[in-house]
Amino acid sequence: MQTATLAFDLLLSAALIWSAIRAITVADLFRAVVMFIVFGLLVALVWARLDAPDIALAEAAIGAGLTGALLLDAVGHLRAIQLVREKKEGRR
Amino acid sequence: MTAMRALLVILLCSAFGAALVYAILQLPPQAVDLPQQVSANIDESGVAHPVTAVLLNFRGYDTMLEVAVLLLALLGVLAGTSVEKRRRAAGERPTLPLLRGFTRLIVPLMVLVAGYLLWAGSSMPGGAFQAGAVVAGAGVLLHLARLLPAWATPNLMQRWGLAIGFLVFLAFAALPALQDGSTMLQYPLAWAGALILLIEAGLTLSLGLLLAGLFLCLSDDGMEFEK
Repeated sequence: MQTATLAFDLLLSAALIWSAIRAITVADLFRAVVMFIVFGLLVALVWARLDAPDIALAEAAIGAGLTGALLLDAVGHLRAIQLVREKKEGRR
Repeated sequence: MTAMRALLVILLCSAFGAALVYAILQLPPQAVDLPQQVSANIDESGVAHPVTAVLLNFRGYDTMLEVAVLLLALLGVLAGTSVEKRRRAAGERPTLPLLRGFTRLIVPLMVLVAGYLLWAGSSMPGGAFQAGAVVAGAGVLLHLARLLPAWATPNLMQRWGLAIGFLVFLAFAALPALQDGSTMLQYPLAWAGALILLIEAGLTLSLGLLLAGLFLCLSDDGMEFEK
């Protein structure tokens, strides 16, 4: 049992660091946002493992959910702007 | 040149990280045992869950001002974006039928979960912020499924909804103090539990609207579907 939880914790820590690095190094903004959401959900799991369910709930709902939705909206916005700009340049 | 700069950045970052670790290791031991104080006074808070007791009673100021900050943030968004643009975004857009059906299915459940989290907050993990975030999530989902238009300008009802959490909190924080000159945010002992639940109910509504409002006011939606 002890080794199982230890293995889970190690896996969780590794995934946390990996997703954090991916979120800031990936070139594509959409992928970066998805990695950020994954990172937020993993942080929520970490809080749950640290016996802080209150913070885990808040992190999952606000950190991963709402912030993720806002960031995705911003990415959509940026893409639309880029599309309009490309259309204009193509017309010229 | 770039390699030099990257090396410099890495060096500075590691130095800063090392300084942080050193500072944390140098922290003096806590002078006051706060968890012990909270559990010693939990009977006076009106709730059974220590986190809720701290957030809504012992450190009520923090929570109240947090809600005020969120309200100000939404006012800033409303002031910073043009009404004309928001009105254009509020129009009808085509939608995915599966998303729409799924949203219809899940939003009532989300409202139920929010109500449960609000009620559970007094005795176990939960509370107004989590419940409000779930309500806001439902709002965002409704908007993405094109069942709820973006906000051009919040109407009177929505404005009251946005402000009611802070207003209720402020009223119950100030009323006992005005009545018998006790400190602000000191609830009468017999009423503390009921007052906290009432404040949290107001907060849930307001936080849900505020957090969803940040999305609904900023959303210039439908663009990714238009292509």
